[in-house]
Amino acid sequence: MLAKRILPCLDVKAGRVVKGINFVNLQDAGDPVALAQAYNQAGADELVFLDITATHEDRGIIFDVVYQTAEQVFIPLTVGGGIQDLITIKDLLRAGADKVSINSGAVRNPSLVNQASDRFGSQCIVVAIDARRRDDPANPGWDVFVRGGRENTGLDAIAWAAEVEQRGAGELLITSMDADGTQAGYDLELTRQIAEMVQIPVVASGGAGNCEHIQSVLTTGKAEAALLASLLHYGQLTISQIKNHLSAHRVPVRLP
Amino acid sequence: MAVIAVIDYDMGNLHSACKGLEKAGAKTQITDRPHDLERADAVVLPGVGAFDPAMQQLRSRGLVPVIQDVIASGKPFLGICLGLQILFEGSEEGSEPGLGIIAGTVKRFHHEPGITIPHMGWNHLELTQPQLTLWQQLTPQSWVYFVHSYYVDPVESQVRAATVTHGSQTVTAAIARDNLMAVQFHPEKSSTTGLQILSNFVQQVRSTVLV
Repeated sequence: MLAKRILPCLDVKAGRVVKGINFVNLQDAGDPVALAQAYNQAGADELVFLDITATHEDRGIIFDVVYQTAEQVFIPLTVGGGIQDLITIKDLLRAGADKVSINSGAVRNPSLVNQASDRFGSQCIVVAIDARRRDDPANPGWDVFVRGGRENTGLDAIAWAAEVEQRGAGELLITSMDADGTQAGYDLELTRQIAEMVQIPVVASGGAGNCEHIQSVLTTGKAEAALLASLLHYGQLTISQIKNHLSAHRVPVRLP
Repeated sequence: MAVIAVIDYDMGNLHSACKGLEKAGAKTQITDRPHDLERADAVVLPGVGAFDPAMQQLRSRGLVPVIQDVIASGKPFLGICLGLQILFEGSEEGSEPGLGIIAGTVKRFHHEPGITIPHMGWNHLELTQPQLTLWQQLTPQSWVYFVHSYYVDPVESQVRAATVTHGSQTVTAAIARDNLMAVQFHPEKSSTTGLQILSNFVQQVRSTVLV
């Protein structure tokens, strides 16, 4: 039986992990390769690097980080952040990324999803969707936001998810902007509606505060995986605590 | 030191596979030259992406007869993911003929409620040839990483070396026949279990080189 996955997400800026990370016995908490190794040993099922490098000059550094990670950490690695074209996707995959995550780039140019999946295979194309609940009782649902949540595209999140699946996405990363940062639980309705609409796996992000939240999104929310950042980085929960909880509640997980 | 040729035919990155083999003490050579495959002690055929482009890339490089010869020669050969599928006669994913080394075809998972396609993530390996060198020192029901929408369906069930179950569908996860081994999952992405499998392959290459 396919296991539900736990995915730590590291924000990488100019080759360094930002947001303080609390790992015991780690010499350099800013080194993405060391952190990737630590999370691998802790039982992470995959890793996600989000490149938040601001300046163009520093953008090339992520390729080195990916290359070094891929030669030392033998679990799947997804890289996202500002991807707009096929060349960048090709370079990231060649550096050793297993999947790339496209967000604004897909909204701006939807055919990028078709081109990328035709060229490199659906399995490596993740489309990330940042969704916020509409404040409109006559038209309930979620809008798709881009540019780090600053711009409402007017796209409906459920329809957009179905469209990118048709265009060849192999996985969806759904972030609830309403829940993100609250630690009050996922937007279960959002992930459930999308997961029921598509056949490809849905990764849920935003709102986890405890093991029960993660359990809910992987069962009621019908997500295949949960993406976690601060909750893990600050040591509030460990991967083994989460997996032991899930396993005790009969959610299939990979235990060492 | 055993030299393992890893075939580069522009179907995905080979970096992790090479590092995994090197960690097990092999020397790897990334190549698309027939001569290198003939000289190597063993050959690895990796690959992610679609069936037809993979066959077209192999054909344009003149690698099809060489791969057939290398396998017939008794040299250890390991296919990974698409490198398993193209050993078969053809695929529902495309129209190109495959290498035809194993009788059978490649099929798509049926949709059923509660499962995702692609089959993406960690799943249990059920060993059907547990004595195989490739599987030594694995714990029962080891977890390995899969990502695929198509699976191989061999005509002769005895070539099956492991199976995996997705929803209600139990499909072939690996095949083995003499020197030829191929796996649907990604050992280079399957953490310690995967590294053990790559190390077992290197061990088998070493014992062949010594004989």
